[in-house]
Amino acid sequence: MGVEHYVGIDIGSTCAKTVVMNGEGEILHRLLRPTGWSSVGTAASIREELEGLGIHASDSRVVSTGYGRASVPFADRQVTEITCHAKGACHIHGTQDLTVIDIGGQDTKLIAVERGQVTDFLMNDKCSAGTGRFLEVMANTLSVTPDQLCALAQRGGGASISSMCTVFAESEVIGLIGKGEKRENIAYAVVESIVLKVASQAGRLKLDQTVCLTGGLCGFDYLRSRLGRALHCEVISCADGRYAGAAGAALCALQTDR
Amino acid sequence: MADYRKMWEDLGMDLENHDNLCQVLPTAVGDVFLSQENRPKAMDFWDLVISEVHGIRPAELVEEQKKGRKVFGTFCVYVPDEVVIAANGIVTGLCGGSQFWVPDGEKVLPKSTCPLVKASVGARLGRTCPFFRIADMYVGETTCDAKKKAYEILGEDVPMHIMDVPQMKREKDILKWKDEIAKFAKKVEKFTGNEITTEKLAEAIRIVNEKRKALARVYECRKSACLPISGRDSLLMTQISFFDDPQRCAQMCNRLADELEERIRDGVSVVPEGTKRILVTGTPMAVPNWKLHNIIETSGGAVVCEEMCTGTRYFENLVDETQTTLDGQFMALAERYMKTNCACFTPNTGRIDDILRLAKEYQVDGVIDCSLKFCCLYDTEKYAVSRALKEAGIPVLSLETDYEDADAGQLRTRIGAFIEMLS
Repeated sequence: MGVEHYVGIDIGSTCAKTVVMNGEGEILHRLLRPTGWSSVGTAASIREELEGLGIHASDSRVVSTGYGRASVPFADRQVTEITCHAKGACHIHGTQDLTVIDIGGQDTKLIAVERGQVTDFLMNDKCSAGTGRFLEVMANTLSVTPDQLCALAQRGGGASISSMCTVFAESEVIGLIGKGEKRENIAYAVVESIVLKVASQAGRLKLDQTVCLTGGLCGFDYLRSRLGRALHCEVISCADGRYAGAAGAALCALQTDR
Repeated sequence: MADYRKMWEDLGMDLENHDNLCQVLPTAVGDVFLSQENRPKAMDFWDLVISEVHGIRPAELVEEQKKGRKVFGTFCVYVPDEVVIAANGIVTGLCGGSQFWVPDGEKVLPKSTCPLVKASVGARLGRTCPFFRIADMYVGETTCDAKKKAYEILGEDVPMHIMDVPQMKREKDILKWKDEIAKFAKKVEKFTGNEITTEKLAEAIRIVNEKRKALARVYECRKSACLPISGRDSLLMTQISFFDDPQRCAQMCNRLADELEERIRDGVSVVPEGTKRILVTGTPMAVPNWKLHNIIETSGGAVVCEEMCTGTRYFENLVDETQTTLDGQFMALAERYMKTNCACFTPNTGRIDDILRLAKEYQVDGVIDCSLKFCCLYDTEKYAVSRALKEAGIPVLSLETDYEDADAGQLRTRIGAFIEMLS
């Protein structure tokens, strides 16, 4: 039996994304689940879910990516998330020249792609400043969801957080709460902090082409528009943005086969 | 393994803590070196030395000290071994390359000090490295602020001589370095009780030149498209050369080079075709720092050259052997050492030229520029290095790391992505 499906599995620090493609590169399925405490367990659950859809490792090509890429025993190959995000974002947006900003759970990646090839990339350091985790922690402190935080931020202004460190920044947020600062102003400060951190990283990369936002935060339009303002360019995104890594992995599986 | 406990005890070492270090080293050596396939047979020498790194060579040094010879511990490729050898002294490298020593260093140094300096100070003050105990005199130098201040602290515990390395490379700076070498020679004569004569210095210059040529021969083999030795093995050879007797070092490197040249003739490579050839540049990698090489070589790359102090900076350029007066010899030494391109100099465009030249000579696919955390000099120079490489169309990845394993996953992703980018 020939290969019927091309599966990309992106095990991130927060969410595990799976994309199934056919031989034409069309996305047939998108699966999303929290990574939880065990990447290996998550990979096993994904396998079950795929089998439920009639997709078996034996008649598929599987490429894993992301922070948990080594924990997918049924993957034929591992590819780093840099390569996968670049490929996936190009595919989703139908272009070969793109600068990808991926704000993930524990890191932020900036990737320059020219003619479909990664030419340069940057990642944040160990620290979680400017990442999805940062947003999550701050949202928790404000007793809202990250979605709600972005919605609140849109109505806020004035306040700022100076610390880049998530732990110290959380103390600052608590300090602002203590001073009776309005919640929307604190939310505004949180979003600005992420935007500034990402923009300062982007300063080292050339941004004279289309910039797109991928990863878990790509659906937050307010954050995206603030990012565009800080980078002096339009930042595009789309619904499949959070599946960019998984789609890229599926494309790698497809290319391996050819 | 021979029992060195008596020697370590006599050296005043903290045996209990030292045991912790001795326990982890064999695993590291096994994981990084012995797991490789198809290694050159001549690596057996370095495998033996590293397996008893705190035993074999220290025991030799202790024996020589009993005969009245003095051991000088050094931290920089700018300190001229020739001067010490001419006075019948012995040189040993002292740089610390393990996280194990960092906490002891942090007891006296700011946390924001580079790990190499913290580990070096910690190895001395924590009494957990025999080389740091054995050295009768330390020879420091003014190559960075962290070292300068750390030497003041070490100098309270051990005889210390500091050489003032110039910051620029004008003619007067070379003359100044010659003067520093002459002053160092006086100090060494006094400390050893042996006069440095023209004949003895000529012989010492010849010995060290032979060692440089032997190291260069091994590196020459790494230029071959058929790669006969891994970067990890080459790095180990270079690291140990700082500790070994220079004549034995030359002999062993030549023996290795013989085998590598034969491998090239026979088409024996240690990596599959398509493995990406990487030049690593930046700060030195002291024993047992094999972190970056190990990650690169288990991510689809092979390190084919190191433009660093534990690499080409150590052996490139020979000292003129034709001088017949001490004055002429000191000048010849000064001229050779001042050709080494360290980021402590300004300007330091020579290093960029070196990197571009080596990238071509070693047929590299990409360059990884990596500095130790808190090394302001090499970190700042990354900007110029990466700009020059990009202009030359050579892909470059800039990294910063320390001796901890905490960032290994992140490094693996970056290096893996870089190597995928080269494909």
